[in-house]
Amino acid sequence: MTLLAIDNLSKSFGGLMAVNDVSFDVEAGSIVGLIGPNGAGKTTVFNLITGNYQPNAGTVLFDGQNLVGLPTHTIVERGIARTFQTIRLFQNMSVLENVLAGGHCRMHSGSVAAMLRTKTQRREEHESMRQAMAELEFVSLAHEWKNKAKNLSYGNQRLLEIARALATKPKLIVLDEPAGGMNDQETHDLIRLIRVIQDRGITVLLIEHDMGLVMRVCSSLVVLEHGAKIASGTPAEIQANPRVIEAYLGVDSDE
Amino acid sequence: MEEFFQQLTNGLAVGGIYALIALGYTMVYGVMKLINFAHGDLFTIGAYLGLTLLVSMGLFDKIGPLPAVILLAIMVMILVAIIGAILERVAYRPLRQSPRLSAVVSALGASIFFQNAIMAIYSPKFLVYPHDILPKAAVNILGLDIPIMRIIMFSTSLVLMAALYFFIQKTKIGTAIRAAAIDQGAAKLMGINVDRVIMLVFCIGPALGGAAGLMVGLYYGQINFSMGWMFGLKAFTAAILGGIGNIPGAMVGGLLLGVIEALGAAYISIAWKDAIAFCVLILILIVRPTGLLGERVAEKV
Amino acid sequence: MKSTNILYLAFALLMASCPMFLNAYWTDVFNNVGLYTILALSLNVILGHAGLFHMGHAAFYAIGAYTTAILNTTFGIPVLWSMPLAGIMAGIFAMIVARPIIHLRGDYLLIVTIGIVEIVRIALINNVFDITGGANGIFGISRPTVFGYKISKPDQFFYLIWGFAAVTIFLFLRLEHSRFGRALMYIKEDEVAAGGSGINVPHHKLVAFIIGAVWAGMCGTIYASKMTIIAPESFSFAESVVLFTIVILGGAGSIPGVILGAFLLIGLPEVFRGLAEYRMLVFGAAMVLMMIFRNQGLLPPGPKNYDIASLLPAGGRK
Repeated sequence: MTLLAIDNLSKSFGGLMAVNDVSFDVEAGSIVGLIGPNGAGKTTVFNLITGNYQPNAGTVLFDGQNLVGLPTHTIVERGIARTFQTIRLFQNMSVLENVLAGGHCRMHSGSVAAMLRTKTQRREEHESMRQAMAELEFVSLAHEWKNKAKNLSYGNQRLLEIARALATKPKLIVLDEPAGGMNDQETHDLIRLIRVIQDRGITVLLIEHDMGLVMRVCSSLVVLEHGAKIASGTPAEIQANPRVIEAYLGVDSDE
Repeated sequence: MEEFFQQLTNGLAVGGIYALIALGYTMVYGVMKLINFAHGDLFTIGAYLGLTLLVSMGLFDKIGPLPAVILLAIMVMILVAIIGAILERVAYRPLRQSPRLSAVVSALGASIFFQNAIMAIYSPKFLVYPHDILPKAAVNILGLDIPIMRIIMFSTSLVLMAALYFFIQKTKIGTAIRAAAIDQGAAKLMGINVDRVIMLVFCIGPALGGAAGLMVGLYYGQINFSMGWMFGLKAFTAAILGGIGNIPGAMVGGLLLGVIEALGAAYISIAWKDAIAFCVLILILIVRPTGLLGERVAEKV
Repeated sequence: MKSTNILYLAFALLMASCPMFLNAYWTDVFNNVGLYTILALSLNVILGHAGLFHMGHAAFYAIGAYTTAILNTTFGIPVLWSMPLAGIMAGIFAMIVARPIIHLRGDYLLIVTIGIVEIVRIALINNVFDITGGANGIFGISRPTVFGYKISKPDQFFYLIWGFAAVTIFLFLRLEHSRFGRALMYIKEDEVAAGGSGINVPHHKLVAFIIGAVWAGMCGTIYASKMTIIAPESFSFAESVVLFTIVILGGAGSIPGVILGAFLLIGLPEVFRGLAEYRMLVFGAAMVLMMIFRNQGLLPPGPKNYDIASLLPAGGRK
């Protein structure tokens, strides 16, 4: 079943058409890759999905409901979590605290319950600690729980962002260049991680420039260029698509 | 109708003062993204220095009112400019790389320091400028008797503003200031000595504020160590009204606020006069925070 | 948490024994320190934890004090009974004024809050709704009575004020170490990341304002009944500056820091009473110097302890 349906999505900034009438679907349980040359509008599409930008036109249907106009935190509550292209961790806070932030929307205790330390509140706190540590174990960062986020290596910071996103218990996780700055071994581990995320029943939508990763892990791809969708299909189909090749490599000037 | 024009001219005269002070806020904010809380106190210092120089040098008796006032203004402007530069060097430059809040607190501390220094050096009481030195006559324009001092004040403000505008738009240094306000990093790469630019801004802004202080002393006749607070906050409102960081905006905002305040005091209620400025401030920040002429500050989302 | 608990207990015992050693004058100084401690702690929720630049806190204090004063002198409601009402009124006021400004960027929010506190002061002076008594304020406020026992002397007020302070510290510590407290931390650190993690940023900012306001309002009740006279000039922008400075210099976001800040900024000048003229001069200079040399405050918040010993992986590094 279609978990996410993007229809005729458009966004312009001043005179620049960053996203131009883009439509594509994401099937539940799949791993979909959004690729294209730099400046194609991929991150803008992500920002439109997560509510950081508002589109000029089009709809974003998630589980049958239109997300356009909803604030970001509501979209997270509905079940879409994201990581950022430029890492946006709480740098001066500990690894554990970063992941706990993700757990926030799945808890309910407010300020009054906090002051009164009700039984529900205490139970909830303990439960969220447990889940936060579980997510850290999942990305193999449990031993770093006390460390400040800014002290982690770049690759580990990306993993921490994923752990935080997973702590929101999403149905769909949106990864913006998760392999950025990773070496081969780390990328290999990341591929395995993405597959295990899929095993947990979470759908994955990612932007990536590392073609090796994309071709190996994605079940389908959507290609953008200059804000418009130019192709979609399986990795094999995309690799053979002349329009895509042209977009990435340019046209030979002799032809 | 006559009342209206009286209030209008009154508002413009006071508005000119607000504009001169507002320019100081806006220029500093433009290049440093800092609200210089101590700026109002530089205005106060101008008023006090003016009084001291006036009384101690007895200029009016020696060279006549008009040359005396001009000389006085020049001296006050230079002195306050120096103090402004010192302020920047001591309280703000060490905090260039620190979070914004630190500079805010430092500015507050400097403001408290200045106010209490004035109180300690002079007196907590209201001090009085000599009365009989300036023309009290009224000039008849279009059937209205308008005090000549009002006209002088307004014209002086206009002259200073025009001079500043010319300086900013037409000279090389002025362009450097504008460049630094838009993007400090890029300005540095273009060979602009940003430290010098900032120092210059902290000379010009306070100089204008000091001149405004002198004018207020001459016009209203009495000064007090806390006058910078009210005037400063209203001038800041004017700067926001016109668009913080925007120099023509500060000029327009100042004049506009002066008029709104004068008319409001006359037609609504004089007791709430001071509140008018604050209401304008809050309204603008909620409805149109970039101000009337737009914020000329590069915004990073 | 254990070692800090012991420190708090020791502090509490020390404070409880104070009135036995201090004369009336110094007891009153400590009473002032106590009031400012509570006020600063309430501002700390807004400024220290949530990171909102708020310089209008005196407005909430004023509304609480005036609510009690009016209810007491006009309707004869006993002072302590009016305390929750004072808090609620301040909270409602906070809710109304904070909502439209909550999204403003740091410096702008600062300026607007200054405008708000000034408008409140001017409204009080102008006898708005004809109940505030104008520039002279309201007098004849009764003293608090607890089960028939009237509190009027400094050492009696000492226990009332510091008792309330103790309750405040206790509740705010719990607030800090909770989902809500963490949400404020995240918002202060990086608003966009907080929103992206699923935190409702505007809601939490507003609640922070309301909590701070309610507490300041209740503090206003105690102030009103202690002074029996209140007037607009007690609630000026200058008061807000003092509170703001206590929080920032003490250590924004740190409860012990704020307490220390209150003691230093309110108590220390009393030690130098003789040099009254130069106190504020030193104050201003100290602010500048602190920002240059130690801008995180005297006692900045430390890393938080989490009760996860049972959850750590076997053999994992602690």
